[in-house]
Amino acid sequence: MSTGMIFALAGAALFVTGVAGLVLQEHLLRKILAFNVMGSGAFLVLVGLGQRSGTPDPVPQAMVLTGIVVSVAATALALALARQLFNLTGGMRLPRKAPDD
Amino acid sequence: MLWRWLVLAGCAGVGLILAGAMLQLPEPPVRIAVQVDATLHASGVTSKVTAVLLNFRGYDTLLEIAVLLLALIGVLAMAGDARSNSLRLSVSPQPILQSMTRVLAPLMMLVAGYLLWAGSHRPGGAFQAGSVLAAGGVLLYLAGLLPAWAAPGRLLRSGLAAGFMIFLAVAAGSMINGSMLQYPPRHAGALILLIEAGLTVSLGLILAGLFLWLPNENEEAEE
Repeated sequence: MSTGMIFALAGAALFVTGVAGLVLQEHLLRKILAFNVMGSGAFLVLVGLGQRSGTPDPVPQAMVLTGIVVSVAATALALALARQLFNLTGGMRLPRKAPDD
Repeated sequence: MLWRWLVLAGCAGVGLILAGAMLQLPEPPVRIAVQVDATLHASGVTSKVTAVLLNFRGYDTLLEIAVLLLALIGVLAMAGDARSNSLRLSVSPQPILQSMTRVLAPLMMLVAGYLLWAGSHRPGGAFQAGSVLAAGGVLLYLAGLLPAWAAPGRLLRSGLAAGFMIFLAVAAGSMINGSMLQYPPRHAGALILLIEAGLTVSLGLILAGLFLWLPNENEEAEE
């Protein structure tokens, strides 16, 4: 098993950890963090599989470089939305059921 | 409780299937890395990652800077009408941090410039340089040397959009002689450097703006 493969397997583990966190955690900040863990897992899978034969592949590396910057922006947008929700409802949790109106 | 265990079991199962699938992956029929090596000489740069990022797959990068701009517009749209200041980020001016930052900020500008230039022949490039610039901005804010940004003026707006606009202009210009984002090999190096310079400025401003506009209205609400 090459080093790249170990990276990819760790990435898969990170990804499912993030999915579990996203579903199970109720606090929105934790959901956003779990989402980031998921993203990191996906990046690790991409880079790891790209170099599983030993030589690094520049194409997935460039994709991941792009992806990291996009995920930072997405996180900032998610934080802004979460704060807006906090300002409007005073809580950091998604409502259990849809409002009646 | 049952739900919790169900989710955990489901995730573990998916993880195992993922791992199994990755372990059984066949050798790829097309070696992209070899193709990149073979055409690197025509890309205008000698760094493989930069060549992929801005030449071979320039379309992705073009859309990426557009996504960043969109995210920033989203943050700006929500920055206007916050009412509570309970999520305020407290900034206390500390003399040691301030004098450290005064030394570090110019150095970070220098590093960003170097990274931008190094991108053509070694690891580096617009993304790294822009991140360093943005980190400098965030550091200045945290040290209390730079106020949080108010609504963007004309200069700031053009700075935010500059990277995307330059990239779009180059993409449109390259459509004259054939397909989009296919640079003429003789000018590819210069064009990539031009795009990267614009991207660095815009990325630095956008990433710093994502941070500096978030706390903004809280301080105004307090005054």
